[in-house]
Amino acid sequence: MAKTIREINEKIAAGDVVVVTAEEMIDIVEEEGATKAAAHVDVVTTGTFGPMCSSGALINVGHATPRMKIQKAWLNEVPAYAGLAAVDIYIGATEMAEGDPLNRDYPGEFAYGGGHVIEELIAGKDVRLRAVAYGTDCYPRQHLDTWINIADLNECVLSNPRNAYQNYNVAVNLDPERDIYTYMGVLKADLGSANYCSAGQLSPLLNDPTYRTIGIGTRIFLGGAAGYVFWQGTQHNPTVARTDKQIPKAGAGTLSVVGDMKQMSSEWIVGVSMYGYGASLQVGLGAAIPVLDEEMARFTAIKDEEIVAPVVDYSRGYPYGEGGPLGHVSYRELKNGKIAVQGKEVPTGSLSSYPKAKEITEILKDWIKTGHFLLSEPVQPLPSVDSGLTFKPLPEREVEEEV
Amino acid sequence: MATRRVVVHYPRHLIEAPLVSQMVRRYDLEFNILRATITPRSEGVIVLGLEGEEGSIRDALSWAGAQGLEVQPLERDVVRDEKRCTQCGACVTMCPTGALSRDIGTQEVGFSAGDCVACELCVSACPPRAMRVAL
Ligand code: SF4
Ligand code: SF4
Repeated sequence: MAKTIREINEKIAAGDVVVVTAEEMIDIVEEEGATKAAAHVDVVTTGTFGPMCSSGALINVGHATPRMKIQKAWLNEVPAYAGLAAVDIYIGATEMAEGDPLNRDYPGEFAYGGGHVIEELIAGKDVRLRAVAYGTDCYPRQHLDTWINIADLNECVLSNPRNAYQNYNVAVNLDPERDIYTYMGVLKADLGSANYCSAGQLSPLLNDPTYRTIGIGTRIFLGGAAGYVFWQGTQHNPTVARTDKQIPKAGAGTLSVVGDMKQMSSEWIVGVSMYGYGASLQVGLGAAIPVLDEEMARFTAIKDEEIVAPVVDYSRGYPYGEGGPLGHVSYRELKNGKIAVQGKEVPTGSLSSYPKAKEITEILKDWIKTGHFLLSEPVQPLPSVDSGLTFKPLPEREVEEEV
Repeated sequence: MATRRVVVHYPRHLIEAPLVSQMVRRYDLEFNILRATITPRSEGVIVLGLEGEEGSIRDALSWAGAQGLEVQPLERDVVRDEKRCTQCGACVTMCPTGALSRDIGTQEVGFSAGDCVACELCVSACPPRAMRVAL
């Protein structure tokens, strides 16, 4: 018998909902089969924790006296975008502090960037705001240098254009000599290491592969608090090749998410430095998936053995678009510590924390059990497998200078 | 009398040579092997505690260098800030000794300080910078 989200919410309110984690669901469906599991399990919790570069914070700092239309702003010397009204600014996770040596001293350390500012704001630390403006009749002020604290800000909203990638590349380095420094971590020369970045069987969109329940308006776990999906993420690419269980065999769906940073915890939003690459932000995100029917029970029972990811060379393949994937490997193999690539045994590392992802599934389960988190009906579904939506490259056109 | 902690890297072709025992006999030093590991690339890494005359230790180390060993002073330890570590697993392929390793069952990344040779390879490779050099 199919269930509705409203019925599940009534059970949550009554305190008799059956909620399990995505890891627990694997065994339940294995033992009882999908039909029985769908009949008695109402919700499956999922989670992921990893660097999500397309993240940032939208902040309203409030008006100073005299008033100022901020034209350029820096938070702890990290530039923030100020081209919005007077005192709204946006700080992106990958922006670097002024004066950072970047990759001039290769590989650069990238010690402090936007991700670190976001973490410090959430942790309640004072952050220095410096701003300049040209001055107008209504906004005469031209300079500002002060300390701000999240408690005093009007709004401080994590607004991430692309999070929770549904599957991702496994990065390797085919260069025979040179270690490379990428957003996928340090990759050792000559297939010396392989890095992956997905929670696999716990990952939200891998447990709802065709976006039947996660859509626009879906309430989620974001950074330790409740947040929301507000759009498909940028580069959302639902039409990639899939396995017979509908699991995309490469990066596919993504989510745009928002949440109130004042409710978040720096345990789940962590500024990071990718050696030789740049700054970023580790984001903890989770979704509670309603087990509406047998198909959802089967989807949420997906396991690492059944999820495969493409192995991609980041020395030439990724940056220069040379050649396709070197093969596919399962998350089971990746988590076991070794994969085979071109006949060579390659040790694996990861950027995505499985222990933290698992903790998120437990926290969400607890929130739901105790009635603190209700599921939400998507206002509109995300473009899915049949949408025809693809992720397009940039076609460059010749620009002729006018003389 | 002086004491010194040093990290000795054995290249693959010298791994069978008893250079450390020759060195301590030749220069009349007391020694203590604090850690010894063979890396996945089949190089040896030994952390040695040496005790002897200041001048003898210096001569011993330059003799070892001349034999093809790479010798670095170990003046610092690498430690993990457990609160900062997010268990991501970005360090495990960097660590030559297995001091940082992941449990296949729980996927937790353990740090065993006793196996660490303070090579510092994990320090910049750790995204939240939980691995730190302690002076
Ligand atoms: S890379 Fe750093 S944060 Fe990640 S597991 Fe290793 S020590 Fe912990
Ligand atoms: S310093 Fe880091 S990489 Fe080097 S041995 Fe110690 S734990 Fe391993």
